[in-house]
Amino acid sequence: MGMTMAEKILAVKSGQADVTAGEFVTASVDRVMVHEMLAFMIEIYERHNIPKKVWDVDKVVMLMDHYVPAPTVDAAEMHRKMREFAKETGLTINLDGKEGICHQVMPELGFVKPGDLILGTDSHTTTYGAFGAASTGIGATEMIVVFATGKLWFRVPETIRFDINGKLMERVTSKDVILDIAGKYGTDVAQYKAIEFHGDTVKDMSIASRMVLSNMSIEIGAKFGMIPPDEKTIEFVKSVTDEPFTPQYPDKDAEYENIYQIFVDDLEPKVAIPHSVDNVKSVREIEGLPIQQGFIGSCTNGRIEDLEMAAEILEGNEVHNDVRLIISPASRKVYRDALEKGLIDIFVDAKAIVCNPTCGPCWGGHLGMLGKGERAISASNRNFRGRMGHEESEIYLASPATVAASAIKGKITDPRYV
Amino acid sequence: MEVIKGRIWKFGDNIDTDLIAPGKYLGLPYEQLLEHILEPANPDFPKKVQKGDIVIGGKNFGCGSSREQAPRGLKDLGVGAIIAESFARIFFRNCIGIGLPALTSSDISKHFETGHEAEVDLRNGTITNLTTGKTLETSKLPDMMLEILETGGVLEMLKQGKL
Repeated sequence: MGMTMAEKILAVKSGQADVTAGEFVTASVDRVMVHEMLAFMIEIYERHNIPKKVWDVDKVVMLMDHYVPAPTVDAAEMHRKMREFAKETGLTINLDGKEGICHQVMPELGFVKPGDLILGTDSHTTTYGAFGAASTGIGATEMIVVFATGKLWFRVPETIRFDINGKLMERVTSKDVILDIAGKYGTDVAQYKAIEFHGDTVKDMSIASRMVLSNMSIEIGAKFGMIPPDEKTIEFVKSVTDEPFTPQYPDKDAEYENIYQIFVDDLEPKVAIPHSVDNVKSVREIEGLPIQQGFIGSCTNGRIEDLEMAAEILEGNEVHNDVRLIISPASRKVYRDALEKGLIDIFVDAKAIVCNPTCGPCWGGHLGMLGKGERAISASNRNFRGRMGHEESEIYLASPATVAASAIKGKITDPRYV
Repeated sequence: MEVIKGRIWKFGDNIDTDLIAPGKYLGLPYEQLLEHILEPANPDFPKKVQKGDIVIGGKNFGCGSSREQAPRGLKDLGVGAIIAESFARIFFRNCIGIGLPALTSSDISKHFETGHEAEVDLRNGTITNLTTGKTLETSKLPDMMLEILETGGVLEMLKQGKL
């Protein structure tokens, strides 16, 4: 029997010829990423009297993105302790809070390669599946184990496949595709499983658009959200790193638990309404609902193509009087590119609020909280109750195009007709 | 560790980690965060939960962020076990890793209510409602995970050179 991408990577990393779904293996990781969760790790190290030790100081990427720049003294203390930890353990890659959001920065700076096994203390670590890596989120305690040993146990996951075919309409994006999948199949369709995304639509997508599929794979429960590497992937990765890599592809006779056929020719812009990511409707169905805040950014939709699409819609327009639109490029590089392309001028002219790269607004950490009864349309990834502020506020998830169109009109608006 | 006895706290489907450990309190010192664990889902919970109490959930318990403050907060408030219809993956791993038993049982929500007394038998994979007398089967964890739980979590395993 052939193997899926997940099985192949876990076989290689656990030093076995083959593995099968359901099996437990102990695998060596190629790279790990820690953000502010490291501050909680430090607390656990100290409370449990565990020596602060890192198995390979060149394999850990440490950065700050959830509270950047520190909005409170408590956050500043977290950051201070993280910097201390990096010095104490001799970490060689400390990006501090300078580069942006982890899942944008990791691939941009060449820390993600096809065939790698990567762990991060963040649920959206599935994003690197877009580059053919097996990558997933873990908690603070398990990261302490990885720091100590470079290894972790895994249950080899069953794999499900989404075959996505057809041509997306203008201003319909990969965000709409993944919201549509969540709406159709539910937030637990991929529970504990690996996903492989196949099909012509995925092949046609830019790297940035593919990252949205892998990023949001966690919202449907997945352990990995993988896309077989192609020439686009290889070209991108070679442009950011000189390190060698071995892409893994699924065998023709690999066993899938389920294969879902998705056709996107007629797909309309989608929106996930409160308070669950699988509560999905077409924008058309709820058009006209007033909003008070828009947000474009996060590890899901803060890339340059997202900002370009927003700028195309915002150019020559102003954000509605009753709305504040917050835009946060996902990384320093995205920010720089947006400046060079004149997008920031467009945003500022449109009276949008342009923030530094940070996770803050997406998870209600800081910047742009919602008040009681307020409604936001957001290009981020979770619409859980109270996530962006007051428990009685509402989050509607959509593409950057839908957010930009809605911000101009002051109400939820189909971006195809703006 | 093998038999856990306590009062039931019952919750619904999709109890996400924002409900368990709300983002707005994550920036506070951990001891203060503990005062808000599960507060949006049941404001009484952080005030009244006692050592050994058992949390019952519906589908997809612990979905969302990987923030370990969620399962650790439950454990540090005294929760002895979580039984849900299903768990989100990272939350489940975190539970096992920190030594907090997490078991699935498909009919759990039908037969348990907040305030009932219950007893969980980890090895045999059962939960008994001591208030009604009803016993349900739960998932049985693989030996590897039972060993982690019985050792007291992966950090204890690490200290004892078992990893």
